[in-house]
Amino acid sequence: MENVTIKINGVETTVPAGTTILEAAHMANIEIPTLCFMKDINAIGACRICMVEANEGRGSRLVASCVYPVSPNMEVFTNTPRVLETRKRTLELMLSTHDRNCLSCVRSGNCELQKLAKDLGVEDAGIYDGVSNHYEIDDSAAHMTRDNNKCILCRRCVAACGVTQTIGVIGANERGFKTYIGSAFDMGLGETSCVSCGQCIAVCPTGALAEKDSTAEVLAAIADPSKHVIVQTAPAVRAGLGECFGYPIGTDVEGKMAAALRRLGFDKVFDTDFGADLTIMEEGTEFIERLQNGGKLPMITSCSPGWIKFCEHYYPDMIDNLSSCKSPQQMFGAIAKSYYAEKMGIDPKDMVVVSVMPCTAKKFEIGRDDQAANGVPDVDIALTTRELGRMIQRAGINFQALPDEEFDLPLGLSSGAGVIFGATGGVMEAALRTVVEVLENKELPSLDFHEVRGLDGIKEATYNVAGTEVKLAVASGLSNARALLDKVNAGEADYHFIEIMGCPGGCINGGGQPQVSPAERNFGDYRAKRASVLYNNDAAKAVRKSHENAGIKELYDTYLEKPGSHKAHQLLHTSYVKRSIN
Amino acid sequence: MFRSHVLICGGTGCTSSGSLKIYEKLQEEIDKNGLSKEVQVVKTGCFGLCANGPIMIVYPEGTFYSMVNVEDIPEIVSEHLLKGRIVTRLVYQETVEENGIKSLNETDFYKKQHRVALRNCGVINPENIDEYIGRDGYQALGKVLTEMTPEEVIQCILDSGLRGRGGGGFPTGRKWQLARNIVPNADQKYVCCNADEGDPGAFMDRSVLEGDPHVVLEAMAIAGYAIGANQGYIYVRAEYPIAVQRLEIAIKQAREYGLLGKNIFGTDFSFDIGLRLGAGAFVCGEETALMTSIEGNRGEPRPRPPFPAEKGLFQKPTILNNVETYANIPQIILKGAEWFASMGTEKSKGTKVFALGGKINNTGLVEIPMGTTLRTVIEEIGGGIPNGKKFKAAQTGGPSGGCIPAEHMDIAIDYDNLIAIGSMMGSGGLIVMDEDNCMVDIAKFFLEFTVDESCGKCTPCRIGTKRMYEILDKITKGKATLEDLDRLEELCYHVKANSLCGLGQTAPNPVLSTLRYFRDEYIAHIVEKRCPAGVCKDLLSYEIQADKCKGCTACARVCPAGAISGSVKNPHTIDKSKCLKCGACIEKCRFGAIIKK
Repeated sequence: MENVTIKINGVETTVPAGTTILEAAHMANIEIPTLCFMKDINAIGACRICMVEANEGRGSRLVASCVYPVSPNMEVFTNTPRVLETRKRTLELMLSTHDRNCLSCVRSGNCELQKLAKDLGVEDAGIYDGVSNHYEIDDSAAHMTRDNNKCILCRRCVAACGVTQTIGVIGANERGFKTYIGSAFDMGLGETSCVSCGQCIAVCPTGALAEKDSTAEVLAAIADPSKHVIVQTAPAVRAGLGECFGYPIGTDVEGKMAAALRRLGFDKVFDTDFGADLTIMEEGTEFIERLQNGGKLPMITSCSPGWIKFCEHYYPDMIDNLSSCKSPQQMFGAIAKSYYAEKMGIDPKDMVVVSVMPCTAKKFEIGRDDQAANGVPDVDIALTTRELGRMIQRAGINFQALPDEEFDLPLGLSSGAGVIFGATGGVMEAALRTVVEVLENKELPSLDFHEVRGLDGIKEATYNVAGTEVKLAVASGLSNARALLDKVNAGEADYHFIEIMGCPGGCINGGGQPQVSPAERNFGDYRAKRASVLYNNDAAKAVRKSHENAGIKELYDTYLEKPGSHKAHQLLHTSYVKRSIN
Repeated sequence: MFRSHVLICGGTGCTSSGSLKIYEKLQEEIDKNGLSKEVQVVKTGCFGLCANGPIMIVYPEGTFYSMVNVEDIPEIVSEHLLKGRIVTRLVYQETVEENGIKSLNETDFYKKQHRVALRNCGVINPENIDEYIGRDGYQALGKVLTEMTPEEVIQCILDSGLRGRGGGGFPTGRKWQLARNIVPNADQKYVCCNADEGDPGAFMDRSVLEGDPHVVLEAMAIAGYAIGANQGYIYVRAEYPIAVQRLEIAIKQAREYGLLGKNIFGTDFSFDIGLRLGAGAFVCGEETALMTSIEGNRGEPRPRPPFPAEKGLFQKPTILNNVETYANIPQIILKGAEWFASMGTEKSKGTKVFALGGKINNTGLVEIPMGTTLRTVIEEIGGGIPNGKKFKAAQTGGPSGGCIPAEHMDIAIDYDNLIAIGSMMGSGGLIVMDEDNCMVDIAKFFLEFTVDESCGKCTPCRIGTKRMYEILDKITKGKATLEDLDRLEELCYHVKANSLCGLGQTAPNPVLSTLRYFRDEYIAHIVEKRCPAGVCKDLLSYEIQADKCKGCTACARVCPAGAISGSVKNPHTIDKSKCLKCGACIEKCRFGAIIKK
């Protein structure tokens, strides 16, 4: 591609033709503030915060740098008084319709609007105050709330839902000053075919979108002496939680997290990785069974509740392709309230299982039918990574000063296979480590399946397993899932086994993870950094295969008999329903 | 062969004042008098003189009947059509002379007009393709397909100097040239027609579509040939039912005649046109919003570049021209670029259609050569201001335009002159205001329109226009300060420079132009808490002058709020706390005793 030379703030820089001013400036180490822009997903030029002065030989004028392409000999100014004044004024207009109750806002401290107001030097946030719209809070969905009084109409949620996830259950309603984001015919989000993935929350710059906060319930349970309260943490949480406490993206805080949970007062601190290892045992067995006995193929993983709900709404004819295995969260809960409860002599009714997840769909999943193996819900409360961060802060725990501690036994034992569940391709790799050894009945020379690693939306691989060519595919993000399934349905691909995760990149980029800055989201590699935590954690582990996890072995030996047993089915498998599109 | 032809206007204005009933009655009476083989009745498009509708012309005499009623028809048929005696009483009075009737073209309204885009409006039956063909219709298409290369067509349009009649004034030939060349080997291109006319009071495009739909189809096919497109779309407001119906008929007829479809005139060129109905959002007249709407999405603009010539409808190279622009094309092809360029000013060639409205006698549709002065349009063609009132300003360009004050009445109307004085050509709405119009109120009216019609996508337009409106509202209520005025101006420039599309970028123009020419009115509202034109209700109070009041009680009886009291034959008084300032009492008072100040 040809190059174009331009001047930014008087300094020459050469960039490929077609580059936007925003990207060109980024390459020249100049950050221009943005609000509505999301690279490749939402280049709509709507918020007008990224304005710069550009001169293409016809005089200087203000243009939106996020969508305006460079042209030869263009002169750009990103910080003239006119630019700074104009950005400030646009922001002040935005603030005039924004519920500025920052003190009680969940995003206070990491709100993009608040940061911009400070960065751009807003002195009087109410300078353009006038008539305002007042909206009811939509709390109809199981996992989240929408408070349009805080919405600035950047439409990033709309793009995350419609473009990233190809769901599109939210969009702009009404027009002009009355515009607001909502669903068709003003349906509550809970009535739509929203899949609860939470990607909208992850990209929201303000406190307009948030998970339903369950921290108070957890604190109350801990304070109740009649309850035995245990907690499990998903693999990706240890790769994201540090961001709530100022650690660089990609810091493994597993040990400090365990220590913090203990100090919050949980009776036992366990690990969902145990549930992940258990999932591999069950799912691997199910796959071998389907492969050898002419079962429904391709078999598709069922760990991601956002994906499951997506399949039920949008591909209802494929629910028989889904593995019947519960997700690791739910398997953990079912075992905790049976095997562990019996072992400890606790009535499951007196147990509270709390999970900490990088995910908002887990809040929906705990309330699904057929997720209460012991007559009580397998999991009682699902928190997001962000909620745990807030609990730790509220409890006055100095996270950075905590010692690294271990999970409790027996449900805190895990293998490296369990921990990589949190990155796209991880479940597939973990399954391969077990399935290949079981089928070939010998130890694998290398445990790394590089073909299924990495952040590509769709990955394919074929492995010869015990003489059979096993065709695999991995997709993350629901637009990729849709593309892959359409290919399968069109008969263009005949995979045996597919891993699908609802969020792009897998759980490390789940809807419950800490929000990242716009510069990191658009130009950084935060997903790769978080994924590397899990792969490093795996590589450092002595046990890297689910079937070698001592806790898992003991569970089967003493309680479940064998993978796929009657008891295992009772506790660890579930069913799905066909849903409609709304 | 018919002895007489009766042309009756079937445009929207005359239809709404009953011309269809007149048409039916006319047929009935003609049958009754046994004239059906001698007299033909033709329902045409708009004649332009809408203020005098329903309109009817009888040829060969050229008798122009105006404000016709159904009850008048038997008389016209028996006297004029049967006995040959013109019913002078019903004829448009300006054409009546001592010794007969003068030609319509010699009346003030018509004599300075020059009808190019409107040449068939009011002349042909728009629902009959043969009548269009009889007026050289589709000859231009035949000529380009058989005698000209696409490059020659584009050159001809370039040479003619035709500029976009939708308001922006971009050279049409240049637009076509870009769409032809910018993307080499494009697999698909589109020709679109913007018929989403939405300025308050504007009905130019509507009249062309209703009166001469085939001219648009023919021009779009010519454009398709020029840029290399085989598909066209007309985006027309669903609120224009007659236009939609006539377009449907025209497209069907053109297809039947092989003038749309495959291998037109036996050449390799194929072209078809689809109609897309808009739901009436003003922003959908903006080109990118219009295309987004055709694509089936919420009608919102998208950033430019890329421009439609490169990535337009469905991301393919596209041209979008306005109805009136297209209406000029076939004539340019047939009569030549030089003919067209001989009309108008140096940089604005040809004619322009305006919809005259507001405080003017001849409300209606006029087409004038570019360069005609505003004074000619208002005082001669428009017949001046009613009731002997004084001209104050003319508003052009709709909500995107501005107000032209009396001092600029002798300006020659063209694109560049209007921009230089803070207004714009726009699509052709021309609203005349007299001394009774408050300019702050006018600015507020247009801004209320843009606030309502803003799509809500970009911040400056969505919130900025609303805040501007709120300040204007404060001013008209006497609650604003001079600091508010500063803030209003600041916001005007901010919204202009920062908005995403043309709607927001031009929304402040009505405010800026009234501030430029009528700042004293703003100051009077703010400082003196007074509305000089006596419009802004909150700044008015009504009083009864005791010396003039005869105590007739008429005002007290008409007052809807019971604010007026007094005994018979004694001066009355108004309770200001109850007064709604509706003005009913002033109208009722026969003694001029009530004043507002």
